[in-house]
Amino acid sequence: MDLLRRELAPITPEAWTEIDAEAKRVLELNLAGRKLVDFKGPHGWKYAAVNTGKISIKHDDKGLGVPWGVREVVPLIEVRVPFELSILDLDNTERGATPDLAAVVNAAEKAAHAEDIAIFSGFKAGGIEGIIESSPHAPLTISDDYSEFPSLVVNAVETLRRGGVNGPYALALGPDCYTALTQAAEDGYPIRRRVANFFSGPMMLAPALSGAVLLSQRGGDFELTVGQDLSIGYAHHDHQKVQLYLTESFAFRVLENAAAIYLKPKNRKK
Amino acid sequence: MASTGFHEPIELLSTETRNLHRAIVSLMEELEAIDWYQQRADACSDDALKAVLLHNKNEEIEHAMMVLEWIRRNSSHFDENMKKYLFKESAITEIETESKAAGDGGANPATLSIGSLKGR
Repeated sequence: MDLLRRELAPITPEAWTEIDAEAKRVLELNLAGRKLVDFKGPHGWKYAAVNTGKISIKHDDKGLGVPWGVREVVPLIEVRVPFELSILDLDNTERGATPDLAAVVNAAEKAAHAEDIAIFSGFKAGGIEGIIESSPHAPLTISDDYSEFPSLVVNAVETLRRGGVNGPYALALGPDCYTALTQAAEDGYPIRRRVANFFSGPMMLAPALSGAVLLSQRGGDFELTVGQDLSIGYAHHDHQKVQLYLTESFAFRVLENAAAIYLKPKNRKK
Repeated sequence: MASTGFHEPIELLSTETRNLHRAIVSLMEELEAIDWYQQRADACSDDALKAVLLHNKNEEIEHAMMVLEWIRRNSSHFDENMKKYLFKESAITEIETESKAAGDGGANPATLSIGSLKGR
């Protein structure tokens, strides 16, 4: 038995297949950061920290009598999203029914959102510095008039190029920005298509993002390290409900902070 | 061109797929070389040459394993199945059944096997 304790759940193999497939579908749909950053792992539950290769030397020789240093590591954080399903409903899968997996969808959306918040915005309490906070470039402000968006993207691309960061570049768009850009047109021509002419990488929806981020896709700039990859475990059950959880352990590092620039919505501080 | 074995227009293939293709083709070439060296060594009548051929065969095995390890690190399904099947004592054809019974495979995997989505 492993940490997930799945074999203890009163869930048939067929119902497990349905639960896993639905979680995977929603996660792959909603995870935006993983589509844009380098991925290391999965290394399993025992993997606790990423070696940065750095050390800060102290010259206070009172304690040990010699200079000393602590090796710098980035610890992995573990997230857990609990959810509850009806045992009878899951049992009906064996009878040919389609189970109600709204709770699985909700949990998968939350887990994807959490990972993407850490990647884009950072999570100081967990020791994670995100792409937006790390960027040394002054954020560009998105106008309400999306006919100006192409020139904003040109400026963003030029900022990265001037900073010595090669392409291809990708554009991650928060929901409001994505919707506005998709709907915008000038003389009947979609603005989104004009924007796509200015860089060769993907343009995608990032549900956890507010505004947009242009980032390099050359590799080696952003690194998501995963210990236990996204998995569903069993917590407990009573005679009607089974409590499960979606979990993962991960760390995120920005290796080249100049490789991204934030396009912030109007009226938002960095 | 790293390989002429692409079966779809290259512009439609993600970077991950292209790199996995390169690794798979490299692995195929290494395995083919192992087979060739083994057969040549068997057929060779000169002991010194036979020793060289067997040495070269063993070098190819090392190369093949290095590529295979890269594939494992970059493909969650390879990783999952290699962990399931390699270095086990049970009869190979029984491992899948045992794995399902133990709750770590089939309908009951340890993870959702999402891994890297870069380029997707």
